[in-house]
Amino acid sequence: MSDATKTTNLTVAQQLREVHWYQKPRWRKLGALLALGLLMSMVTGVQGTHKDIFYAIRENFSDGSVAVWLGIALVVWAVREFASAPFTSSARKVKGTLVTPLGAVGRLWSTERWVRWTVIAGFAAILVWGPMGLSRFWQTVLVDQIAIYLLVAVGLNVVIGWAGMLDLGFIAFFAIGAYSAAFWTGALPVQPPVVLNNFLVIPLAVITCLIAGVLLGAPTLRLRGDYLAIVTLGFHEIVYLAAKNLGDVTGGTSGVKVERWHIDLGFWSYEWNVVDQMPFYWLLLAFIGIVVFLFIRLEHSKVGRAWTAIREDEIAAASTGVDTVRYKLMAFAIGASTSGVAGVAYASKVGYINSENFVILLSILVLSYVIFGGMGSIPGVLFGAAFLVWLPEFLRDFVDPKDRHMYLGALLVVMMIYRPQGVIPSRRRQRELQMAEAGTGGADATGPAPGRQS
Amino acid sequence: MSLNELWDYMVLGVVLGCLYAVIAIGYTLVYGVLQLLNFAHSEVFMFGGFGGLIALTAWVPVASPSGLQSVVYVAVGILAGAGLGGAVAFGLEKVAYRPLRRHNAPRLVFLITAIGASFFLYNIAGKLFGRSSMSMPTMYENKTVVTIFGASLNVTQLLIVFSAVAMMVGLDYVVNRTKLGSGIRAVAQDPEVASLMGVNIDKVVSRTFVIGGLLGGAAGFLFGLNSKVVYTMGFLPGITAFAAAVLGGIGNVRGAMLGGMVLGMVETLTVFVWGDEWRYVAGFAVLVLVLMFRPTGLLGERLGRTA
Repeated sequence: MSDATKTTNLTVAQQLREVHWYQKPRWRKLGALLALGLLMSMVTGVQGTHKDIFYAIRENFSDGSVAVWLGIALVVWAVREFASAPFTSSARKVKGTLVTPLGAVGRLWSTERWVRWTVIAGFAAILVWGPMGLSRFWQTVLVDQIAIYLLVAVGLNVVIGWAGMLDLGFIAFFAIGAYSAAFWTGALPVQPPVVLNNFLVIPLAVITCLIAGVLLGAPTLRLRGDYLAIVTLGFHEIVYLAAKNLGDVTGGTSGVKVERWHIDLGFWSYEWNVVDQMPFYWLLLAFIGIVVFLFIRLEHSKVGRAWTAIREDEIAAASTGVDTVRYKLMAFAIGASTSGVAGVAYASKVGYINSENFVILLSILVLSYVIFGGMGSIPGVLFGAAFLVWLPEFLRDFVDPKDRHMYLGALLVVMMIYRPQGVIPSRRRQRELQMAEAGTGGADATGPAPGRQS
Repeated sequence: MSLNELWDYMVLGVVLGCLYAVIAIGYTLVYGVLQLLNFAHSEVFMFGGFGGLIALTAWVPVASPSGLQSVVYVAVGILAGAGLGGAVAFGLEKVAYRPLRRHNAPRLVFLITAIGASFFLYNIAGKLFGRSSMSMPTMYENKTVVTIFGASLNVTQLLIVFSAVAMMVGLDYVVNRTKLGSGIRAVAQDPEVASLMGVNIDKVVSRTFVIGGLLGGAAGFLFGLNSKVVYTMGFLPGITAFAAAVLGGIGNVRGAMLGGMVLGMVETLTVFVWGDEWRYVAGFAVLVLVLMFRPTGLLGERLGRTA
């Protein structure tokens, strides 16, 4: 039957109700999966070249990887559409056998005090002495990257996880900390009034970052929350450009040498040197331990509860007497100063900084660590940062290093769709997201869901 | 730093401002209907540049094209750029944002998704098309056409101004006079009531993304014509255009146009006074100042009356 005669015979209401075959869920799913297969073949395919813009696409089609991925998509679709019953039942069985023992362990953990303490003590012992057995490469990764990013991620967690604000320029404060360390130890072309020891720089860096955070946050925190994201992004770019272009002050792209950690008390002195990574590791572990301890105390204090109130419903919090701007500013400044401390630690460990250590990319990477692990949950954030810093190093030989940011971007999108609460979620955060889905509560200080009237 | 030079820079500012205005419209439209900052719009713009480049690389064999051929090539480039931009924006809305709207996800989740999508998109463009910058093939002789009080405008710059103005006029018509436009304005005003009045919200949102993508993609092609195409080209113009949208009053289409013009001007003047390395500081500085002193922008946020 021709379409023309068909449509003329239908009333308007019938036309509206009419569903074409390709609009049925089954075929839409097939289309979506095939599109995903095509995308996957491009994602996993060869690297393109600017000499021939079609090279990568042609290559992916000709070496059969497109066919393989489309085949996989087709099989997945067919199984889900026509043979899903045995899979779901066996999946349920596997889940059952897993959940029962895990539940037993969990109960033991929450009821028996000695179990808890033994596990924690064993874990701490592994943390302190375990890395001695690692190869030098992994020790360096552990100290230079994992430990530093753990510190940064824990700081970002205060801003994004607890106060519910999006800060996209977190590494700007890291840069400020690192350059403070360079300045006060006399490494920059500009000389400080008095040359200080690295440890004494920490409070100065904290103060500098606090001031920078307040200066940046004060004008923007009063406004709609999502402006903060873009302003912090801009702030990062300005800090980066300043570090890069003001070569007479910062050393620019050629960088400056910074003195490493050292203590000189007159009668006793000690210097951390690059021959052995472990002393650096223990020092950073101590920093992380102190910061985590302080933050756990903070989470359940009056301040932490104020953050929760703001995150869950800013208007209700304000009307019950929480000074929202003040607490948001506080979260912002505390996060910024943690990042600053990490900056000092980084400069004093690596012994050399230049402007390219603080590119905008890093801010996004740290954000993905926090999101992946679970916003608002300290164990989650620690896990997320450690895992996602470790993974690219581990996959170095299997995946082209140039591609890893692409995978991280995809990971963020997928996490937000399927598991926005993260791998090890904070229970409260998870509940908030469920409530938001049900239509009550805002779940962060950036306001309620877009497209809804509040 | 003579007065003549200043005049030169101001003319360049108008050219740049036209591009920013067109990109800013994409941000402002999406903000109007969803109250969402679509960070990934800068990558839509970047893909527009690649769309034009791909079409023209496949198409332009002639070394010295005749007048008519040049016009056809440019038209194909703009259409291809707009097409790929629109397609990416459409896919972005479908894949990344629509599931979140179904889940009624909080705003933070949207922002993070936008960041992730932007990250993914620009890296996959780098992977597919190589990570070095590329120039558009020569389609016409880029000679000086007019001289306005000593400031010369070449073909590319004239082309940018004309196409940008045409796009803005077209968009203004679509938003104010067509059925889709009244749908967009209705959703911006109140999505729930709009859906009760028979507006299909999903469709309007999807088409709004496509309109923004078409404009952004075309702007990407024009930008690539003026400089080069590279996978990282979206980020800084994108942020500046966002600043332009806020400056004009986000959600306000005419505001975005005005804001784009002003920012283009401010940026070239920054280059004139402090040098090229401070180019992009201007956008951020303006953004922070606007948010401090007039957060609703120059023309005000007329959410719901998107025009």
